[in-house]
Amino acid sequence: MAADTTDGARQATAAPDAQVPAIELRGISKAFGPVQANKDIRVRVMPGTIHGIIGENGAGKSTLMSILYGFYKADAGEIFIAGRKTTIPDSQAAIAAGIGMVFQHFKLVENFTVLENIVLGAEEGGLLRPSLAKARAALKSLAEEYELNVDPDAVIEDIGVGMQQRVEILKALYRQADILILDEPTGVLTPPEADHLFRILRNLRDEGKTIILITHKLREIMDITDTVSVMRRGEMTATVKTAETSPEQLAELMVGRKVLLRVEKTPATPGKPVLEVENLRVVDASGVERLRGVSFNIRAGEVLGLAGVAGNGQSELLEVLGGMMPATGTVRVKGAPIDLTGPHADGQSRRAAGIAHVPEDRQRKGLIMDYAAWENSVFGYHRDPTIARGPLMRNTAILDHAEAQMQRFDVRPPNPRLPAKAFSGGNQQKVVLAREIERGPDLLLIGQPTRGVDIGAIEFIHQQIVALRDAGKAILLVSVELDEIMALSDRIAVIFDGRIMGEVAAEDASARELGLMMAGVSTGKAA
Amino acid sequence: MERMPKWADVVLIPLISLLLAAAISGLVILAIGEDPVNALNLMVKGALGSTYGWGYTLYYATNFMFTGLAVAVAFHARLFNIGGEGQAMLGGLGVALVCLYLPWPHWSLALIASTVGAALFGAAWAFLPAILQAKRGSHIVITTIMFNFIAAAFLNWLLVGPLKPRGGMDPSTARFPEATNLPSLHDILAPLGIEFSRAAPANVSFLVGILACVLVWVLIWRTRLGYEIRAFGHSEPAARYAGISPTKITVITMLISGGLAGMMAINNVMGEAERLVLNATEGAGFIGIAVALMGRSHPFGVFLAAILFGFLYQGGAELALWTSIPRELIIVIQALVILFTGALDNMVRIPLEKLFMALRRRGA
Repeated sequence: MAADTTDGARQATAAPDAQVPAIELRGISKAFGPVQANKDIRVRVMPGTIHGIIGENGAGKSTLMSILYGFYKADAGEIFIAGRKTTIPDSQAAIAAGIGMVFQHFKLVENFTVLENIVLGAEEGGLLRPSLAKARAALKSLAEEYELNVDPDAVIEDIGVGMQQRVEILKALYRQADILILDEPTGVLTPPEADHLFRILRNLRDEGKTIILITHKLREIMDITDTVSVMRRGEMTATVKTAETSPEQLAELMVGRKVLLRVEKTPATPGKPVLEVENLRVVDASGVERLRGVSFNIRAGEVLGLAGVAGNGQSELLEVLGGMMPATGTVRVKGAPIDLTGPHADGQSRRAAGIAHVPEDRQRKGLIMDYAAWENSVFGYHRDPTIARGPLMRNTAILDHAEAQMQRFDVRPPNPRLPAKAFSGGNQQKVVLAREIERGPDLLLIGQPTRGVDIGAIEFIHQQIVALRDAGKAILLVSVELDEIMALSDRIAVIFDGRIMGEVAAEDASARELGLMMAGVSTGKAA
Repeated sequence: MERMPKWADVVLIPLISLLLAAAISGLVILAIGEDPVNALNLMVKGALGSTYGWGYTLYYATNFMFTGLAVAVAFHARLFNIGGEGQAMLGGLGVALVCLYLPWPHWSLALIASTVGAALFGAAWAFLPAILQAKRGSHIVITTIMFNFIAAAFLNWLLVGPLKPRGGMDPSTARFPEATNLPSLHDILAPLGIEFSRAAPANVSFLVGILACVLVWVLIWRTRLGYEIRAFGHSEPAARYAGISPTKITVITMLISGGLAGMMAINNVMGEAERLVLNATEGAGFIGIAVALMGRSHPFGVFLAAILFGFLYQGGAELALWTSIPRELIIVIQALVILFTGALDNMVRIPLEKLFMALRRRGA
């Protein structure tokens, strides 16, 4: 039993030395209408430490950081920066107070160079040239000091996401930030890139910078932070020293109950091939080849996990199989070829062929956010005779069915009349999953099943996927979360730059080997 | 989380916007040296004070109902159909051809055939912009605007050429045969013992307009097609995911929209003029945009907004008749209504939302 109350925890961080905290929040509260996003938040972060903030979606992490960066005004409470009471009405004030922010979605001008982006907003005088020269010099010393190497003259759209993130960090440092806030920084990075980022963060810490890392990945918290705060439902439930806690304890603090971090499953008993893909090729609208001859198959009662860094062709693969994008090659479902370019290359024909699809982007594709849950519960199946009688929809029947379905899948709140946008990410995903699973498809395509989903719901979704496998269905799982792929899959294939780099049985897979393949290094085990 | 009750969203916001528009209109009237109270009186009396006034108000309202529904249906698929004017003109051609070149024993049969003819011609005029949008990505706003000009020029040519009867002195077709003349509200209400002005142009088309409102409601909220149209309007990637063809929905929606706009012709061409004249639509296609905006693309909202604009039209004509206020001022008033209800929606909405949130917090 470690310190898991706010008071005990605060002493734990404050006690060792009587230094002045780099940031101290006292009683920060913020409400949006009747929703209390932050309630009486109290935390101290010591200078020269890496402090993690972990919590489920909607726990209030982003609201808190937005208050710190001047996007929102707190209803109550005080902020102390280096011991001085500070008000932060806007982001200019935050920068002036030495706070730098690296957002999850980078805020860079795509067709500007690195140098131009760094200077943007911090130009001095009427002419650009002196500012650029000054920035170039500053950049050079920063790069040497912190292992933050970037080519100052590269154009943003030509460099990788890992580089772009470094530019964001450099932007903050160039503005003299002493406190760096990073919001889910590893979401778009390969494992080696993430390691490099962590090295940079450690360097920054050792030079005396204070770093706040917002994440939902327990492993990162354990790896890199010195202290960690857990948020749940707007409250900071605990602040503990990382060395004195465990992932299980943090997960429990986040969710408020015991959570199974491992997926319980028995070995697969695969049957006949359900999906056979041969030499699949896709060229996108701008002429770039996104899939370059992909072949694989999935048997009944088996989960094939497709690992890879986002943007290497896995989205296109899902869209082709789901009937949203034309392709060349051969795809057979239960031995019958499916139409990849002709009149039957659409979502309706795919569903008729027994393919269900939980898309990667449920908010843009899997759901109509303004439709009520009951309307969404038949989306894609709305031409089924049980759903529509002639031209008319059987609205009452759909509503009743949706209500029962929401009970079964534990969607909260179980009110089918609420619009999809009123549900949390996890509950939205349950609505999609319920719709796609309940008709008993032969093949389930599932992309990023737990992106933006809270821990409690992750557990439930993983159980559903395993149950579907045990019912003898084939499942293609696409995820950028390597942990998820490794926990759920029976076989793992790695995709890089539109090609399958290799395939391994899940029990033989190591994160290191998969990480290398994800970065494009062939390990000689290619299928 | 609802920010405010639904009734406030549906009733209060348009009402406040309307009052703001009226207040500024009053200032404009004051500025040109007339009495705004008197002007309002005149408008109300002229448009609603007699069955004659009502007859005109409802006649205009019928036009706006059809063009408003046309814009509303397209808007559910996030298509902005600016071509109501041209589609209604072509609808007029459809009505004229049906009435002039086919023999009709009774007005009711003629009405059914004319409605079909008007809808077909209107839909045909919307088809090309629709297919250009769906297949080529040519923006429908641009193409439908251009098609308005083509329609006007085309009808010009027809009415001074092929369709003009021998010896005709004005650019119009011959009179439609007696058997195609529609009963006016006077004819319909007289058997029920209700006295209605014989001179007013409101006719049985008004009832067809109401029927159209009901049918559009069923289409949008009760049918599979409506479900697909709305889904496509909310998110094209999601529609593609569900196997809804964007091309098909774009074309079908525009055909319905164009058909509705075309159907306006049974009111102005068949019901009122009883022949096809030059510029028979008188801008009703454009008013339809304002009507749909104000009615929030809901058929019942469109119905109410159409009546309001019918009132503004008729009341404005009365103003021009009895005061030195020029007829153009009514366009100013209409523009203010559109500005406040459409473009400046958030100006009213945001303070109102804050007010409701504050009230709720105090209540909680």
